[in-house]
Amino acid sequence: MSHVDLSVKIGSLTLKNPVMPASGCFSFGKEYAEFYDLSQLGAIVVKATTLEPRLGNKTPRVAETPGGMLNAIGLQNPGVEQVIADELPHLRQYDIPVIVNIAGTTVEDYVAVAERLNDSEDVDAVEVNISCPNVKCGGIQFGTDPEQAAHVTASIKRVSRVPVIVKLSPNVTDIVAMAKAVEAAGADAISLINTLVGMNIDLDQKRPLLANGIGGLSGPAVKPVAVRMTYQVAQAVTVPLIGMGGIMEGEDAIEFLMAGATAVAVGTANFVNPHACPEIIEGMRRWCAERGVARVRDLQGAAWKETV
Amino acid sequence: MWLAFEAPEELTYTPGQFLHIRVTEGNDHLLRRPISLCEVRESDGRRAVGIAYRISGKGTKRLAEKKVGDTLDILGPLGTGFPLHDGDQHALLVGGGIGVPPMVELAKQLTAQGTKVTSIVGFQSRLHAILIDELHQYGEVLVATNDGSLGLTGFVTDHMTDELLGTLDRFYACGPTPMLHAVQRKLDGRVPGYLSLEERMGCGIGACMACVTSCRLADGSVGYKKVCKDGPVFPAPKVVFE
Repeated sequence: MSHVDLSVKIGSLTLKNPVMPASGCFSFGKEYAEFYDLSQLGAIVVKATTLEPRLGNKTPRVAETPGGMLNAIGLQNPGVEQVIADELPHLRQYDIPVIVNIAGTTVEDYVAVAERLNDSEDVDAVEVNISCPNVKCGGIQFGTDPEQAAHVTASIKRVSRVPVIVKLSPNVTDIVAMAKAVEAAGADAISLINTLVGMNIDLDQKRPLLANGIGGLSGPAVKPVAVRMTYQVAQAVTVPLIGMGGIMEGEDAIEFLMAGATAVAVGTANFVNPHACPEIIEGMRRWCAERGVARVRDLQGAAWKETV
Repeated sequence: MWLAFEAPEELTYTPGQFLHIRVTEGNDHLLRRPISLCEVRESDGRRAVGIAYRISGKGTKRLAEKKVGDTLDILGPLGTGFPLHDGDQHALLVGGGIGVPPMVELAKQLTAQGTKVTSIVGFQSRLHAILIDELHQYGEVLVATNDGSLGLTGFVTDHMTDELLGTLDRFYACGPTPMLHAVQRKLDGRVPGYLSLEERMGCGIGACMACVTSCRLADGSVGYKKVCKDGPVFPAPKVVFE
């Protein structure tokens, strides 16, 4: 089989391949390290980290839906101090960039977390979560208003010593306006999409199944929405995109690259199959090799021939 | 429903662990279903793993459509099972409804190490009763049903006489949350033991934080533990019911 160059660049970060686990779907990596060598990944995005520890929501926190799932974990995390001390150092042994997802209630919270992470040598980039639908003050207010999104992005850019990736919510009317706003505010890259706000009802109990009521929909059910948003945003901004939403196999990842993403993140698939990420990487390699694609990055935006 | 499959040679397990099972291929039912390992049977040098489950939704219905010879995608055994204590003379096993299955392998292993086993099992009614004969191989089985159609009318705790409790070194319980809470209240401070909890799960390996439960932590505070990884079996006094 012919050699395929899978490497891509996200700003100043070089990834050996375009695949990273999505924030919140991989904890801090230890559980998956029992299944495979994390060095195989293009990068790792760890669970959202807030200034103070958060307990998260009551259970049930997950529910299956057709072709997907709802979750309302509620940003459970041990707080930035413990993340720096206990969760990040073990990732140093792997030869991959570590991206820390950060969340907060106020701009000051985000800035404080970003500043604190400056002191850790184990952080290669931050991903700003302005899109968690599952906490009242989890940042989604920043994710639905372009001005607020730009404000939090610029504030973090001013203090952060590492590249700043902004993760957008799909729960907006105009995703391109959101993307342009955070790009203008200095974002080095954009992740999209976070989950779609959803709900299902427990018929016996006559109430929403999740304890939180609403939750975030993910999995193959959201993939067409994510691909469409990637396609639109990629043609409207110049910063690299990390596309995600329902990627289960290599061909799904290829689809996001063709829509305009530079790299991809894998979320729900990790819950279904702990080996999902390495299998998707291998699937991309095989897909390219069978078609004589020498560099996976050449596929970026390949679908733009048609205008929508 | 009962489902059995041949175990791989390298399989190691403890009673109380669970198997995380995909009910279909493809993306129709994404999430795995956690189902307790019920029993591992050996014959002619081959081992068969058995699980018992209730059809409670669309996913388990799909699982029940499997035919002999079909293959299943199974992750596991996962989680922390029931610890066995060498010197125990007499253990009480308490199972409620679909919490009864893990008690079969536990009863077998306790009996094998010389611990006498008494089981108390509770069901909604005679129609829901399962695995009583299997448990009876290992010792006395006391039954309670809500409607009195089998055994005593009432709850598993109604069988817990002072006379019985006085002979016990340990108890092991698995069942619905109200039952576990009642068992904890009844036995706390009298008999040391373990509770096996149930919660809706995502990954099953401790990464997604879906299946947390409130527990008393080492420093005395109350915090979340993961049912799939830290549990499903917890020391009974550690579990905090809300």
